[in-house]
Amino acid sequence: MTKPEQNAEQIPDGGVIATDPADRSLWPLWEVFVRSSRGLSHVHAGSLHAPDASMALRNARDLYTRRNEGTSIWVVPTAEIAASDPDSKGGYFESAQGKAYRHATYYTQSEGVPHL
Amino acid sequence: MSTQSPTLHPVEETAATEQISEDARAAADEARVGWERFEQLIAEDKRVEPRDWMPDNYRKTLVRQVSQHAHSEIIGMQPEGNWITRAPSLKRKAVLMAKVQDEAGHGLYLYSAAETLGTPRDELYEQLYTGKAKYSSIFNYPARTWADIGAIGWLVDGAAITNQVPLCRASYGPYGRSMVRICKEESFHQRQGWEILYSLSHGTEEQKQMAQNAVDRFYGPALQMFGPPDDESPNSRQSMAWNIKRFSNDELRQRFVDMIVPQAEALGLRLPDPELKWNEERGHYDYGDLDWDEFFSVVKGNGPLNHQRLAHYRAARDNGAWVREAAAAYAAKQQQTEYDAALLAA
Repeated sequence: MTKPEQNAEQIPDGGVIATDPADRSLWPLWEVFVRSSRGLSHVHAGSLHAPDASMALRNARDLYTRRNEGTSIWVVPTAEIAASDPDSKGGYFESAQGKAYRHATYYTQSEGVPHL
Repeated sequence: MSTQSPTLHPVEETAATEQISEDARAAADEARVGWERFEQLIAEDKRVEPRDWMPDNYRKTLVRQVSQHAHSEIIGMQPEGNWITRAPSLKRKAVLMAKVQDEAGHGLYLYSAAETLGTPRDELYEQLYTGKAKYSSIFNYPARTWADIGAIGWLVDGAAITNQVPLCRASYGPYGRSMVRICKEESFHQRQGWEILYSLSHGTEEQKQMAQNAVDRFYGPALQMFGPPDDESPNSRQSMAWNIKRFSNDELRQRFVDMIVPQAEALGLRLPDPELKWNEERGHYDYGDLDWDEFFSVVKGNGPLNHQRLAHYRAARDNGAWVREAAAAYAAKQQQTEYDAALLAA
């Protein structure tokens, strides 16, 4: 039987460095966000392992911006990201359903009237 | 969430067993709902994301495929890395370094994707280190001459691209996304390889012969990169049903052959297959049988360099251990210093 926990992304303890010398190679996972040019948002590019934030930034530069893809990078410990539950998709986003009147296309009377 | 097995023994009903049966029912319900949602996603050709419910076999298949793909990128650095110090010009050297660095990056994108399926990175590294994991057989062949670097770029990366472009639409989101990045970066790899061969095939007679020999060596193994013929590839059908694979091994191989014939003509080089000829009826090139005995022998570990490739990987990993440990120790120390400073300031 598969339980939902087994499906969750297995993430090491972000930001917490294991003190057991045997575990020292276990670097936490970081999510990388890259701003491709000024005026645009940072967009998720991928993830990587690094011992700390400054190494995560350097590694992110080498890994995700080898071809001028970025002007700015964010790195965030994966463990620090709170996410909505994928199993409750329908219910969680339900209040946005069936509300077509929130979109301009819902209003059709003005068809043909300029600048409206 | 309960960890109880859903199998119940016919014991006297107590409060505890009622609880177990309720939990088991809840778990079964969740799996059923998850299964239905998964089937629907696949039927609608939508993407499955890391935290979605997915069948165990789908997860296992993907971990195997994505990690093998990652291992191939990492081991694939070796035949070319080997030629960086011997590249014939500074320009060729810079290009080769960029290419090898890309392969390292591609390995890391893919390890990240594999990791989202629940297998920790260190476990994936361990599987390669211990020789438990497989990687593409092509990298067990040596790069004997500079022309081989051209043949690897043109034929090996060419075959990889043919295989990877449809994988951009693989049903597992993180795999598809990493393939999109990889395909974008990979196109220069194939062209630079073709250009190396072009320079050689338009050089001296000796250089042209070196280019021809390289093509002779890599043609067969490159065609085998697509895997065994369809009737001997039992896992392919399931992968296609799950929208991981979009085309069969033989379909992709045919596509590749059709592509490289005019490219070889433009190079002025010959593909080493006497049965290679245009089939008007099929609208494709016919090609001869490949040496599958050799293929399976290399897969089993008897290729020219299986042993050296793994030994080199292990040595690199062992020799880099102190760097990884030092970086982690430094990070821990910094964290402690910050913590102490915060305490003092309070």
